[in-house]
Amino acid sequence: MNRDQPSPRAIVQTLHNLRTVLPPATLLPSVMRLTGLADSYIPLETPVGTVFVAWNVRGITAVMRRDDVGNFTADYLRQFQRQAIAADATTANALRPALEATVRGERKAPLPFDLHKLTEFEQAVLRKALEIPRGQVRPYGWIAREIGRPGAVRAVGSALKHNPIPLLIPCHRVVLSDGQLGQYAMGGTNIKRALLEVEGAEPETLETLAQQHVQFYGSDTTNVFCFPTCRHARRVTLQHRVTFGSVREAVASGYRPCKVCRPA
Amino acid sequence: MVLEEELVLALAANPGQAFEAMVLHWQQRVYAFALRLTGSPQDAEEIAQDTFVRAWRALSQWPPERIRAMRMRAWLYQIALNVFRNRVARRSLTVIPLESPDGRPVIEPADDWRERPEVAAESAELRQRMAATLVALPAHMRVAVVLRHVEGFTYREIAELLEQPEGTVKAHVHRGTRQLRQALQHERVEVGV
Repeated sequence: MNRDQPSPRAIVQTLHNLRTVLPPATLLPSVMRLTGLADSYIPLETPVGTVFVAWNVRGITAVMRRDDVGNFTADYLRQFQRQAIAADATTANALRPALEATVRGERKAPLPFDLHKLTEFEQAVLRKALEIPRGQVRPYGWIAREIGRPGAVRAVGSALKHNPIPLLIPCHRVVLSDGQLGQYAMGGTNIKRALLEVEGAEPETLETLAQQHVQFYGSDTTNVFCFPTCRHARRVTLQHRVTFGSVREAVASGYRPCKVCRPA
Repeated sequence: MVLEEELVLALAANPGQAFEAMVLHWQQRVYAFALRLTGSPQDAEEIAQDTFVRAWRALSQWPPERIRAMRMRAWLYQIALNVFRNRVARRSLTVIPLESPDGRPVIEPADDWRERPEVAAESAELRQRMAATLVALPAHMRVAVVLRHVEGFTYREIAELLEQPEGTVKAHVHRGTRQLRQALQHERVEVGV
């Protein structure tokens, strides 16, 4: 026998030792994601600071503003009963531009959202909020009326307060009927004001109008009245602009509601 | 195996909650099995991933009594074997060169053998040559040798897994092991060690 040939025992021993190999750290997370037992997340820089955006196969589940990732993952697990695992770099890089464009208001195509755990009413409220263009605001009562539940203004406020996907579903563009900015789920009125400022909705003007009890702008050339942030209201020059404190006042003056922003 | 029985009971009670523990418990074995069959860390990760996803699809459908009755180890290896065979049939496995294009040996994935004295005594070089030689064996021998000597199944268990007579399995293991010895010896002569 050749002296260089390894002994059968050495062969078996070496084979046995081939079992000691560590699986890659990416294996468990990808299995949990592919089975739908865990969701993915990425951190995203926004005008209100770092937020964490989470999603699963159905769509985006949450946007949370947290100081650090540990707080986020703990809160996410508590709220959704599923783990959130950091997305791999490829996925993160593929998704980030779409999220950033949505936050900047440059993306028209809607993102997929996973709202299936919410009630039909809550879903309707959030989908309606998605229709409010960047740089504009609508009152809670507008959403209630638009979704066919004009009496449910408080419930609309509650649904928006519990919006799991703020920023991407722009609940910050919904304000009190008198034009006051109102509360904001992701950090209070100051954050809401800052966001609207960034978007060009001129929150200080809105607050001034609220103090003056102005709810609508009209044009004396078209006899149409709008919400002050409607793009049609913005086109009216100062000399042709008239202001109204209520729908009744506008209608009594012979004005009809704008067909784009639908103030009544 | 106490832990395995506990896992089965936990899975039967609540598959969604216990599945992560099952993956944690088995991922090292399933990955090593796939790595030794394919020689490629990337293929091995994909096979292991596929194995657990298929396992979940079954578990999430099964009634508790069916989960309680399963033999988890044999079942998982069965799935992994099927995934491996399907990939071979589709020829989607990358061919593993014994050396990388620049002539250096293919690097082994991270492992914890350094923490084990009996393994550390063995040269990393022999280990690497063995892994490469193993991948070059014909598939039927490779599967039998890996199941017997890497994963430690009995001949009877392997016969059941592969649905082959025990004698056939033994023959494949013996022939495979002999070929490994010869191949390793030839290599030594060639490189003049």
